[in-house]
Amino acid sequence: MKGLSLPNPRWLKTTLWVALSMPLLWLGVLIIKELQQTNSGLGTEPTEALLHYLGEWSLILVLLAFAVSPLRRRLGWPWLGQHRRFIGLFAFIYVCLHVLTYAGLYAQFQLAVLLDDFVYRSYITAGIGAFLALLLMALTSTRGWRRRLKENWRRLHRLIYVATFFAIVHLLWLRKDSGLAEAIYLLIYIGLVAERIVYHWQRRRSA
Amino acid sequence: MLIRKPTDIPSSEITSETIYLQRRKFMGQSAAIIAAAGFGLPAPIVKAGLQEDDDVTPEQIVTQYNNFYEFGTGKSDPFENAGALTTDPWTVSVSGEAKKTGDFAFEDIIKGLTPQERIYRFRCVEAWSMVVPWMGIPLKQVLEQFEPTGDAKYVVFKTLYRPEEMVGQRSFFSSIDWPYLEGLRMDEAYHPLSIMAVGLYGKELPNQNGAPWRLMVPWKYGFKSIKSVVSIHFSRRQPVNTWQALASHEYGFYANVNPAVDHPRWSQASERRLPSSIFDPNRRPTLPFNGYAEEVADLYRGMDLRKFY
Repeated sequence: MKGLSLPNPRWLKTTLWVALSMPLLWLGVLIIKELQQTNSGLGTEPTEALLHYLGEWSLILVLLAFAVSPLRRRLGWPWLGQHRRFIGLFAFIYVCLHVLTYAGLYAQFQLAVLLDDFVYRSYITAGIGAFLALLLMALTSTRGWRRRLKENWRRLHRLIYVATFFAIVHLLWLRKDSGLAEAIYLLIYIGLVAERIVYHWQRRRSA
Repeated sequence: MLIRKPTDIPSSEITSETIYLQRRKFMGQSAAIIAAAGFGLPAPIVKAGLQEDDDVTPEQIVTQYNNFYEFGTGKSDPFENAGALTTDPWTVSVSGEAKKTGDFAFEDIIKGLTPQERIYRFRCVEAWSMVVPWMGIPLKQVLEQFEPTGDAKYVVFKTLYRPEEMVGQRSFFSSIDWPYLEGLRMDEAYHPLSIMAVGLYGKELPNQNGAPWRLMVPWKYGFKSIKSVVSIHFSRRQPVNTWQALASHEYGFYANVNPAVDHPRWSQASERRLPSSIFDPNRRPTLPFNGYAEEVADLYRGMDLRKFY
């Protein structure tokens, strides 16, 4: 596959749109079922189910955005890089829905509950950390900000390391005992960080 | 120590869906009692600690939303995977500070003991809760058969270890040191609210709920109520229960339901009563000792419950 340079196909963006929307569409189906009959679409604890579904997909899409650069380099798909912002922003939509579900449906917008969680529940503190990092990245994702921040833009967007790490910690700290899924996410993260270390080390050697 | 006698409720108040189907062998052995219940004669039913708005949780939720990590960590895993468990024959090994020790057939242990209906609040350490109609035998009646000696200060239970039938015990990622272990102080075990449950909703206990029998101590977090028990050990020393061994700063030995002492990762001040709907998690305040303070608080008089969580 290496070196295979597909022309940046116009359908790729459409494909991405459809693919990244699929989990949300499916969630829509589940919510409609749930509204028709309680506990049918989202199970015994619908609020929890909604929260975890959105949270899990947030993590998957954030990891996908984090994987763009390594995939581009290793597969030789330069055009993939052009869609990094799109994937990142799509991930951020999931993250926002996740945070809104937590604050609104789970904590019922009760300030005391939210503050208590932010301070005392370390897994939520980690989650907030990931959210703030992603928020900063989303806000500065426009061309205008990129121009204004110049070299600092690249530095700022290294927050993806922090955001992804906090997101995984958020999940691991939430679990009472870990399973296969958590192990896979962690391995992918380690793999993606390792690729970058190897890449920069190789570049320095060849320079 | 003062123990208030739980109120007896006349059989006329037993829910109509209650049918006294029991374990086959059980039925033969205690046919007289079952028949009596069937004919509407008074059967002991305890609703201690229940509040006005404590509706019994639908059976489907009680039997399909479980934590039983031996069958997987997902809430529906036990329902899906516990069918593989063989509960007949079932042997219980009794050891330690007691006069009668050795291996006993489950049937022989419960022979002649009368199951009673107990409608208890059930509070999970994860902050969800239910109201469950159990069929159970007072734990004291079970344990006294083995004649524990004065040296027995604690009773320690173990769940079956059988990885070929319990898929969760084969998990590579789990850090639990099987078999699952739990324990009680003897006075806690002898408290009238402590039972060994053998049934639910008047039916045989389903595998995913801990067949053929499981502990039920309603004033403690659910993880204390160990399922599918195969070992009873009378001990001089306080055991280290499974969750305490895994994370001692999060799970203690006592694990009494206490809204004032938070789990390090979540608040215990309130709970989500099942069933809940998407726009309403059905939160309600958690009560000290899960609403059984009147019955059990004396057991812990003078103890710092923040320290002994």
